[in-house]
Amino acid sequence: MTHNHGDGPSHDHDHDHDHDHTGGMSHLGEMDARVRALESLLVEKGYVQSESIDQLIEIYETQIGPKNGAHVVAKSWTDPEFADWLHRDANAAIHSLGYTSRQGEHMQAVFNSDDTHHLVVCTLCSCYPWSVLGLPPTWYKSPPFRSKAVIDPRGVLSDFGLNLPETTSVEVHDSTAETRYLVIPQRPEKTENWSVEQLAALVTRNAMIGTATVDGPL
Amino acid sequence: MNGGADLGGMQGFGPVVEEDDEPHFHADWEARAMGIVVALGACGKWNIDQSRHSRETLPPADYLRFPYYRIWIEAVEKMLVSRGMITEEELKSGRLQVDPVEVRGTLAPGAVWQAIHSLAGAADRQEKDLPLFEADDQVRTLNEHPEGHTRLPRYARGHIGAVVKVLGFHVFPDSSGNDLGDDPRWLYQVRFSAQELWGPGKNPKDSVTLDLWEPHLVKI
Repeated sequence: MTHNHGDGPSHDHDHDHDHDHTGGMSHLGEMDARVRALESLLVEKGYVQSESIDQLIEIYETQIGPKNGAHVVAKSWTDPEFADWLHRDANAAIHSLGYTSRQGEHMQAVFNSDDTHHLVVCTLCSCYPWSVLGLPPTWYKSPPFRSKAVIDPRGVLSDFGLNLPETTSVEVHDSTAETRYLVIPQRPEKTENWSVEQLAALVTRNAMIGTATVDGPL
Repeated sequence: MNGGADLGGMQGFGPVVEEDDEPHFHADWEARAMGIVVALGACGKWNIDQSRHSRETLPPADYLRFPYYRIWIEAVEKMLVSRGMITEEELKSGRLQVDPVEVRGTLAPGAVWQAIHSLAGAADRQEKDLPLFEADDQVRTLNEHPEGHTRLPRYARGHIGAVVKVLGFHVFPDSSGNDLGDDPRWLYQVRFSAQELWGPGKNPKDSVTLDLWEPHLVKI
């Protein structure tokens, strides 16, 4: 199965890796068999069609991902009117770029500055702005991040190698409603006169969650 | 409910570890699980809040150890059975034994892109009254521990915060997740200082915002 990350090169992924993704089931194959049986029962009952499921997977593997959010960020860096719109009505500004898909119906943009760093979490489940970032990474959905982000956000940032000065405020956003938060990182130095496309290539998924900042050119 | 999903403030899980070059899915079943759960939404037999409640009612020890898409599968199987869409026996045997129930619709292959982009999942509703609070109002969260679904997490109960902004008039999950209908209410972004939530040892400049509904809040 080939995975295209949307923000990086494609690579083949085999099932031979050392994490336990089955939660105690003796073999990965048990979940494969269980989900295959469920799907075939649901198809037989007429509730789902496998081709639709194929298409959903394809769309989230190749078409809806952090590239969307990076475009929003880069545009806000180069277009002051758009940045202002993003401040006032992030939902309308983001939807105007065509990023109107599910889990992006109620967008809010939060802007990092020299004074404040923003970090997004969902402590209760895995709420995440799919429309601009795609599907969340495993760490975002897992207990270590969800538990620690609200009580020790600086420790979480440190886990990602980001050590902020005590004088910078850290503002955590717990996504407890259908509101979805997109962090607008600070534009790096030495990128004057860069195009939106060049800038967007610098913006990582983690920078838009708040576990990273955006590095400028070396 | 104070279940396995309400993780904010728990300790002891160790550092957050990011997997290098993480694939979208770690196995085919994870991809199929995502697709099945999203596609079943079209049947209209549950809403997103009931779906979350089905996940958070897994035994806490299971919730903590299962990979995320297994949580989705366990939860969706519970809902399929409780709605009569499939039976326990069918789930065990994998063979159709009972006629399907009527559903609102199904996700047709040609309609997938459009369905994802329909904004049909929007949670805002026509306002019925005016918001009680405005920006900068001081509010205190309820200190209650309902056994059903709530979006007011344990760590933020009984605390004083300030309204940042009014977010809109939204479906109230504490109603809708408990099979009691949309019951839309005003939704606010509320900021709590880290010291208010976690004590004087925290950086006085740090804060946490939550999105909370009017019934969660009392004006002070």
